[in-house]
Amino acid sequence: MAIEHADVLRAAHLARVGLSENEATGYVDDLSRILKMVDQLQAVDTQDITPLAHPLDATQRLRPDEVTEHSQRERFQACAPAVTDGLYLVPRVVE
Amino acid sequence: MHDKTLTELAAGLQAGEFSSRELCQAALERIEHLDGELNSFITVTAEQALANADAADRAREAGDAGPLAGLPLALKDIFCTQGVRTSCGSKMLDDFVSPYDATVVEKLRQAGAVNLGKTNMDEFAMGSSNENSFYGPVKNPWDLSAVPGGSSGGSAAAVAAGLVPAALGTDTGGSIRQPAAFCGITGLKPTYGRVSRYGMVAYASSLDQGGPLARNAADCALLLETIAGQDVRDSTSVARVVPDYTADLDTSLSGLKIGLPKEYFGDGLDPEVETAVREAIKVYESLGAKVCEVSLPHTHLAIPAYYVIAPAEASSNLSRYDGVRFGHRCDDPTDLEDLYKRTRAEGFGEEVKRRILIGTHTLSEGFFDAYYLKAQQVRRLIRQDFLDAFDEVDVLMGPTAPTPAFDLGAQKDPVSMYLQDIYTIAVNLAGIPGISVPAGFAGNRPVGLQVLAPHFAEAQLLGVAHQFQQATDWHLKRPAFGKETA
Repeated sequence: MAIEHADVLRAAHLARVGLSENEATGYVDDLSRILKMVDQLQAVDTQDITPLAHPLDATQRLRPDEVTEHSQRERFQACAPAVTDGLYLVPRVVE
Repeated sequence: MHDKTLTELAAGLQAGEFSSRELCQAALERIEHLDGELNSFITVTAEQALANADAADRAREAGDAGPLAGLPLALKDIFCTQGVRTSCGSKMLDDFVSPYDATVVEKLRQAGAVNLGKTNMDEFAMGSSNENSFYGPVKNPWDLSAVPGGSSGGSAAAVAAGLVPAALGTDTGGSIRQPAAFCGITGLKPTYGRVSRYGMVAYASSLDQGGPLARNAADCALLLETIAGQDVRDSTSVARVVPDYTADLDTSLSGLKIGLPKEYFGDGLDPEVETAVREAIKVYESLGAKVCEVSLPHTHLAIPAYYVIAPAEASSNLSRYDGVRFGHRCDDPTDLEDLYKRTRAEGFGEEVKRRILIGTHTLSEGFFDAYYLKAQQVRRLIRQDFLDAFDEVDVLMGPTAPTPAFDLGAQKDPVSMYLQDIYTIAVNLAGIPGISVPAGFAGNRPVGLQVLAPHFAEAQLLGVAHQFQQATDWHLKRPAFGKETA
């Protein structure tokens, strides 16, 4: 499956990576070659084969529903770019 | 002192031949003199290291020394270290200081190891040459015009140049084994789930695994024993007893069954690499092992499957870098969308963006089944190849990489760079352990022999590697670089 200019822009928007029209053009060729390489998968018959998500087929471990963490908000927000009163600051969303 | 193994240095400390402060001071001076040229470290934590060395010396005097007490190490800059920057080789995390330690960092500290700093790497562990680092490429100490391999290139180069006796790296598609091969050292990727991933910056969570790079297999055993084990903070770490990894080192190889996957000796394999690997296998035969050919028929699908699964997981994992909670943030965002898009456009390098775009595309509506589910189905076939092979033989052997280290700047096309990982990548998809051991040279550049074993058979793997190192001296060869420096 080839990838078109519009697909690159769509993926960039979905991933929230700023990409100009021109920059997107630069990726079309590289991404197409990667997808062409990946397309070898399509030749394999995988009917009735269960997808493998975890190499050991392990399932999620559960623990008792108890509080084990305490609030360390100040410590964890110390590495944030902009914080006020314990809140992360972002540009105004609602005028 | 810089030529010695961890095991030898531990004995020297124990015998009082030198103190940890003297040992760490000497290593820091070597880094100071040599790393300007090599660029294997992103951050050197000299002051903190010397304070920890003093603490280790005091603990030893008090008779309270841990198994790695006072031994200098380095950490790939992907392991979170409280109070010390963790950049992951990216502009995105250039000023990120983690509020907590990775589990392996905590375990190494408890064992008394002294961290000298954080090593260079491909950005977010995406690369096979260390040329994708925001902090510039690392050079290979065997030949400064060659790459050290990647993504744990800084760790491998630092050990090979004798800046540290050992370092930790991570391996998602070969990122410990391939740089170990290119730099002429020993590197172990443990079984998926053997070592906690807590505090290890995530790239592809179903493939990532941390492990040691060192001068020999015995040192890898010592380090694995310290860092392995279940961790309540990583739900994919496995509840399995950590055996004594040094116990099998001296087990005889008589009767060991070695399989040579015929797919690992095909087109694209450099003839000098093949010669070195075949010579290594003859050494095993002389030690009493039996060799036969096996087949891993889905090998050619490993790179295609990986380049769906790893970018898909990466696109999800890296969505956390949004300029809000930590990491880089663009100046003067006009709105939230602008904040996200410009932060990520500025913070990520080319290869990381490429993989985020591929991963986002293959996971998006209309493509998910054809790419992601298909790749996961093929992943099961690839794992089955290994399980079937291990019904017949004890271990598999072949080259770690198809060529020796290539020149800096030589691989310009991303797909040809991806093909470098042809012999290592299937191992991560299957989740089995693998080790690369020095096995000769192609010209002036080292060649690695890769040995693979069934899930959780690290003890056997380390023994098979150690026996080779008792019979050969490839692991004792040192580059000319830095030889004159104390």
